[in-house]
Amino acid sequence: MAETGTAPGATPVARPPALAVGPLGWLRTNLFSSWGNTLLTLLILWGLWRVVPPLFDWLVTSSLVNVASSQECRGAGGACWAFVAEKWRFIIFGTYPADEQWRPSLAVALIIGMMLFSTWRGAWRPWLGLVWLGGTAVVLALLWGGFLGMTYVSNELWGGLPLTLLLTVIGLGAAFPLAVLLALGRRSDLPAVKAICVGFIELVRGVPLISILFMASVMFPLFMPAGVTVDKLLRAQIGLILFAAAYQAEVVRGGLQAIPKGQYEAADSLGLSYWQKMRKIILPQALALVIPPMVNTFISFLKDTSLVIIIGLFDLLSAAKAALTDPAWRGFYKEAYLFAGLIYFFFCFFMSRYSQRLEVELNRSRRR
Amino acid sequence: MAIDVRREVPAPRARGSFLSDPKFRSVLYQVLVVGGVILVGWYLVNNTLSNLARQNIATGFGFLGRESSFAIGEHMISYSAADSYGRAILVGILNTIKVSLLGIVAATVLGTIVGIARLSSNWLVRKLALVYVEALRNVPLLLQLFLWYAVITESLPGPRQALQPVEGVFLSNRGFKIPTPSDHPAWDAALLAFLLALVISWIVQRRSAALQARTGRRLPVGIITAGLVIGLPLLTWGGFGAPLVFDVPRLQGFNFVGGATLTPEFAAMLIGLTTYTAAFIAEIVRSGIQAVSWGQTEAASALGLRPGLTLRLVVLPQALRVIIPPLTSQYLNLTKNSSLAVAIGYADLVSVLNTSINQTGQAIEGVALIMACFLTISLGISIFMNWYNKRIALVER
Repeated sequence: MAETGTAPGATPVARPPALAVGPLGWLRTNLFSSWGNTLLTLLILWGLWRVVPPLFDWLVTSSLVNVASSQECRGAGGACWAFVAEKWRFIIFGTYPADEQWRPSLAVALIIGMMLFSTWRGAWRPWLGLVWLGGTAVVLALLWGGFLGMTYVSNELWGGLPLTLLLTVIGLGAAFPLAVLLALGRRSDLPAVKAICVGFIELVRGVPLISILFMASVMFPLFMPAGVTVDKLLRAQIGLILFAAAYQAEVVRGGLQAIPKGQYEAADSLGLSYWQKMRKIILPQALALVIPPMVNTFISFLKDTSLVIIIGLFDLLSAAKAALTDPAWRGFYKEAYLFAGLIYFFFCFFMSRYSQRLEVELNRSRRR
Repeated sequence: MAIDVRREVPAPRARGSFLSDPKFRSVLYQVLVVGGVILVGWYLVNNTLSNLARQNIATGFGFLGRESSFAIGEHMISYSAADSYGRAILVGILNTIKVSLLGIVAATVLGTIVGIARLSSNWLVRKLALVYVEALRNVPLLLQLFLWYAVITESLPGPRQALQPVEGVFLSNRGFKIPTPSDHPAWDAALLAFLLALVISWIVQRRSAALQARTGRRLPVGIITAGLVIGLPLLTWGGFGAPLVFDVPRLQGFNFVGGATLTPEFAAMLIGLTTYTAAFIAEIVRSGIQAVSWGQTEAASALGLRPGLTLRLVVLPQALRVIIPPLTSQYLNLTKNSSLAVAIGYADLVSVLNTSINQTGQAIEGVALIMACFLTISLGISIFMNWYNKRIALVER
C-alpha cells in the first residue's frame, strides 16, 4: 500500500467514499441529503430558472443606457438605465447648483472617509469625537460656502445624499451625549431625575418618528417667542436628535447594567465622586461594551432619516421620488428606487457587517 | 472579653457646612433639575399661548364635534364627509389597527418560515433566506412602500385587463378584488360551528393534559382538534345543503362590482410592512433557535423523538423564551411604522389627523392625539406580550 502513503506497519487508511468528499460530497450533504431536500432543491432550481433569466434580461440584456429621448425606453422590454444616467446628479445632489456640485461630492467623500477611519480600532480614543466635530464643521462650511471664492448656497437648496448623511451624522453625534446623560439619569438614585428621564425615553420610544417630526415642523414654531423663526432643516434635525437620543439611551443603559456591581462599589470605596466614578470607571467600560448594538441603532437611524420627506425636506429618497415627476421620465420608478435603494443598502450593509465582525472580535478578547 | 468595636467609633458627623450632607445635596439636585424642566416648560407654554392668541387659533378639543367635510377612501364603520372630526379619527384608528394586526399575523408567519429556512440543511434554501433578509433589512421601509405602491398602481393593468391568478381573484391598478361569501345563513352557522369547535378542542386539550398527568396516556389531541375544526363547520354547512353562494367580483363598465376590495394603498401597506418586519422576525427566530444548545436536540434524539417532535416539544418551547421579548418590540415597531401610511395615502390615524391639522390649524391637539393613540396601542401590545411571556417563562422549582 505504498501508493497511499501509509507508514509501514500502520493500519492502511481507507479512502472515504467518493460521494462523501469533494464537490460531489458537498452537493450531497448540502442539496440532496434526503428525498425531501432533493425535492426542495429541484423546486427552487425550477423557480430560479423561471425568475433569474427574465430578471437578468430586464436588468442587463434588454436594458438601455444611451437613448436619444425617453420615448425609446418606453417600448423596450428592459430597464431604462438612461433614466439613471440622466437623473443621477439630481438624485444624489438634489437642487444644489450644478456648477458647485464638487462641494457636496467632497462632503460625502469626507463623511465616508471619517466612517472608514472610525472602523479602525486604533482610532477609538477621545480625540475621535474631535475629528468628527471638526469634520462635520468642514462639511457644513463646504456646503454653505460663502468664503474662499465659494458662492453661498442656502440650505434650502441642499438635498440628496449629502443631506441624508448630514442629518444622520449630526443626529447621531448630538444625540450621543444626551443619551449618556439620559441613561445615567434613568439609573440614578434621585427619584425626580429618574422619573423625568424614564418619562422622556418611554414617551419618545412609544410614538412613531413621524409624530415627532410633525411636532418639530408644526408645533415647534409655536414654541418660539414671537419673531424668532427656526429653519425647517434645523427643526427636523432637532426632532431627529431627540428621537435618536431616546433609543441610544436604552443601548447605553444596557451597557451600564452589564458592569458588575463590584466596579461601582470599588469606585465608591476609593472615595471617588459620582462624576469621577462614571467618567473614569463605569462609562469607559460600559461604552466599549455597547459599540456593536450602537452600530445597529446607527443603521436604523440612517434608514429613518428617509422620513423627512413627509415634512418636505429633500433627502435622497425625496430626490429619487421628485426625479420621477419629470413628465418626460414618468413611470421609471423601478430604476429610480433601485438606484436610491442600492445607495442606502451600501451604507447599511457595510455597517451591519462591520458590527457583526466587531461583536465576534470583541467577544474573542473578552473570553480569553 | 469581646469589645464591641462599634461603640468605640464615634458616629460620623457632618463635617463643615450642610452642603456636604448627601441627603441635602440629593434634594438640592432634584429641586434644581425639576425646577429647570418646569422653567423650560413654562417658557414654551407661555410662548405657545401668546402665539396662539396672536394668530387667532382656537384651542381645545372642541373641533372634534365639528363637521370634518373631507372624505375617507376606506372605512370600517360608516363614514361620510358630513360626519364629525371625532368619527373621522375613529375611522383612522380602526384602519391603523386593521393594518397593524393583519401585518403582525402575516409577518410572524412569514418571518418564522424565513427564520427556519435560514437554518435549513439545504444550501439553496439557506442562501435564499439570507438574501431575503439582507435585501429587505438594509433598505428604508418608506422606499419599499413607495415601490410597492408604484408596482400596484403603475405596473398592474387596468380593471378591464386585470390579472386573474386564481378564478375570481382580480389584480388591477384599482386594487385587489377577492370573492366573499354572500349573505346566507349557512355561512353564519359555519362560522359559529368553527368557534364552537375551537372551544371544544381547548377543553379536549385540557382533559388530555389532565389525563396524561394522571395516567401517562394521551388522547390523540392533534387528530381530534383537526377533525373538529375542519369537520364541524363543514358538517354544519353541509346541513344547510352546502350552498355555494359567493359574491364573486365581476367587471361592470370600467370597474368591478361585488366581492371585497383591498385598495392599492392598503395592499401596499400590508405587503410592505409584512415583508419588511418579517426580515427582522426571521433573524430573531433564527437566533432564538440557535440559542437552544445542540445538546438538547441530541438528547431528544437519544430519547427517540422524531425531528418534528424534537422541534415542537424540545427546541421551540425553549427558543420561545428567547424570542418573545425582541418579538414584542418588532410588533411595536410594525405598529409605529404603520404611520408611514400618510406617505402613500392610506387613511390611517396619522393621515386623518394630518388632514385635520391642515384644515383646523390645531396642530397641538392633533399631534397630542396621535401620540396618545399610539402610546395606548403600544401599551396594549406590551401588556399582552408581557402576559404571554410570563405564561411561557421557565417555572423554576
